[in-house]
Amino acid sequence: MNALKRLFPFHGGLKTVRHKAESNQSPIQPGALPRQLTVPLRQHIGAIAKPLVQPGDRVLKGQMIGQADGYISAAIHAPTSGIVAAVESRHVPHPSGLPDLCVVIDSDGEERWIDREPVDYRHRHPSELRNILRNAGIVGLGGAGFPSAVKLNLSGSDDLETLILNGAECEPWITCDDRLMRERAAGIVAGLRVMAHLLKPRDVLIGIEEDKPEAIAAMSEACAGTDYQVRPIPTRYPSGSVKQLVKLLTGKETPVEGLPVDVGVQCFNVATAYAVHRVVDHGEPLISRVVTVTGQVKQPGNIEALLGTAFADLVEQCGGYREGVERLIMGGPMMGFALHSDEVPVTKAANCILAASAAELTPEQPVMPCIRCSACVEVCPADLLPQQLYWHARAREFDKAQDHHLFSCIECGCCSYVCPSHIPLVQYYRYAKNEIWAQEKEKQKAELARQRHQARVERLEREKQEREAKLRQKAPAKAPLSPSPSPTRGEGSTVVVSDRDG
Amino acid sequence: MIIAVLALGLLAGASGLLLGFAAVRFKVEGDPIVEKIDAILPQTQCGQCGYAGCRPYAEAIAAGEAEINLCPPGGANGVAALADLLGRDSKSLNAEHLDKPKMLAVIDEQNCIGCTLCLQACPVDAILGAAKQMHTVIARECTGCELCIAPCPVDCIHMIPVTQTISTWKWRAPVIPVQAAA
Repeated sequence: MNALKRLFPFHGGLKTVRHKAESNQSPIQPGALPRQLTVPLRQHIGAIAKPLVQPGDRVLKGQMIGQADGYISAAIHAPTSGIVAAVESRHVPHPSGLPDLCVVIDSDGEERWIDREPVDYRHRHPSELRNILRNAGIVGLGGAGFPSAVKLNLSGSDDLETLILNGAECEPWITCDDRLMRERAAGIVAGLRVMAHLLKPRDVLIGIEEDKPEAIAAMSEACAGTDYQVRPIPTRYPSGSVKQLVKLLTGKETPVEGLPVDVGVQCFNVATAYAVHRVVDHGEPLISRVVTVTGQVKQPGNIEALLGTAFADLVEQCGGYREGVERLIMGGPMMGFALHSDEVPVTKAANCILAASAAELTPEQPVMPCIRCSACVEVCPADLLPQQLYWHARAREFDKAQDHHLFSCIECGCCSYVCPSHIPLVQYYRYAKNEIWAQEKEKQKAELARQRHQARVERLEREKQEREAKLRQKAPAKAPLSPSPSPTRGEGSTVVVSDRDG
Repeated sequence: MIIAVLALGLLAGASGLLLGFAAVRFKVEGDPIVEKIDAILPQTQCGQCGYAGCRPYAEAIAAGEAEINLCPPGGANGVAALADLLGRDSKSLNAEHLDKPKMLAVIDEQNCIGCTLCLQACPVDAILGAAKQMHTVIARECTGCELCIAPCPVDCIHMIPVTQTISTWKWRAPVIPVQAAA
């Protein structure tokens, strides 16, 4: 048994400052019902949802307002009952600060639900169950927002070896999963049971960092009587990153540009399991999530906010900002991004709002040349050569960056954190990845244009020939004594004419 | 003497036959370098290079008749890629065509008279319409070549810059200010 419980440490990583105690001391508060909710139709990875409502429509709490468009997409639901005020572009939490299509709902304060029906998952066909989860808008709540129904479908026939529930929450400041595990462990395990029912794994492991003893105790208690194993893992950033957690718990390396499922492991966040439980046992789609509001606010804590609630409202509920807030960050300080405004809505991916003052931010220091000290190599949890990636990205040698497995970079920020020259390494990697994607898209577009142009040239040629053939058919009828066919015509035309003559 | 002439003659004849056979058997259809050049060109089919489309320009480059810096939509990256492929010196883009933002043709449908002239001009069939019917541009297919602008008798086609959305937005390269030496 002890051998089974062995951990397999991943390379690199960091001991970061924790800052968990600020927000994990008080229970999750329900979010106040805002007067207006702005619900973005793109809260997940994949295609934007298709709006199903129009301004003026009355919607019920939990009613689908955006339909999943394509396989990799997710449905969106009304977080409360009310009237649709607009379906238009509004500002959403995104590093670009650009607007995106949202459904704006004026709440009527009545919180009238749709008919909620629990699902007896044991007697449903797996694909039917996956469809229910898909239509309930379940996506990964750890931050990436990948549609869960896709991950719950093992298209291959091989069994899943290990199902991992990710409760690591390694990023500083964030405590939403910690509180959720402490307070609602039974719900999480109920959701996990549904996932295990769909995936039929041999083992189910729950990875939780050691600095959350209360969560470990609560989850262990909830798992009593099942064969799910709670595994405390060392507190080392980024242990909550999928590939690193898989390595840590199973010793399996996820292949380059592959997924954990390729080595027989699938991984979900604890909050996702809880959301699955709400769907299956209560018939409630995903319309709220726990958000950590922390940093320079008067009463940091966790709020179960309706999706679409403005960040400003959550900060208000936490007593407002303290002095000296310099930047508002969504996500943690390592992987999060700065927001352009606090008038953006909570989305499914919003796990934390960090109001950072100068003390929390790394001071802007002059960037100096890379001295090839390889401190970044030592901390890189993806076993990359960050200094080489930087070199190639800066020189726009993207093919060489790809040869160094740029796309295995998880953008965890460890390299930037330790860089003695203060080089914003992760920014270079993001830039290089985006450029490569853009070039790829451009190439596809060029290929399409080439095909269309080719088709057009062929069509014109064909039409020309048809016209000429027609003319020739008419020509002998009109002028039967014409001495010879036009000399400019090609070989083909003479054949046609002589055929007719004969 | 005769033996030597015969031997050489035979050898020459055999080699000739062999070469003749190889020329027929291993004949290369078209010039592969043209394909490679064409793959780099952006396929806007705009004719700004002075040739009738991307492929004719690729053929002209391959034949050594055209410079590699005549393609504005390809931009500096395109010139660099061509220089790389052909082993020529990289050149800056022809001065009058500097990098322009991506554009999209839009027909002012109120003013369109349905003359079909733009339909005939579009090299990628990205304009939809019929005689005396309103025309419209299929935005997804438009390459921004501007060839439809000139033929329009009522000047109802305009080029608008392609707007950036969340799905097309890109992280920019970090800009590091140059510092004065201490």
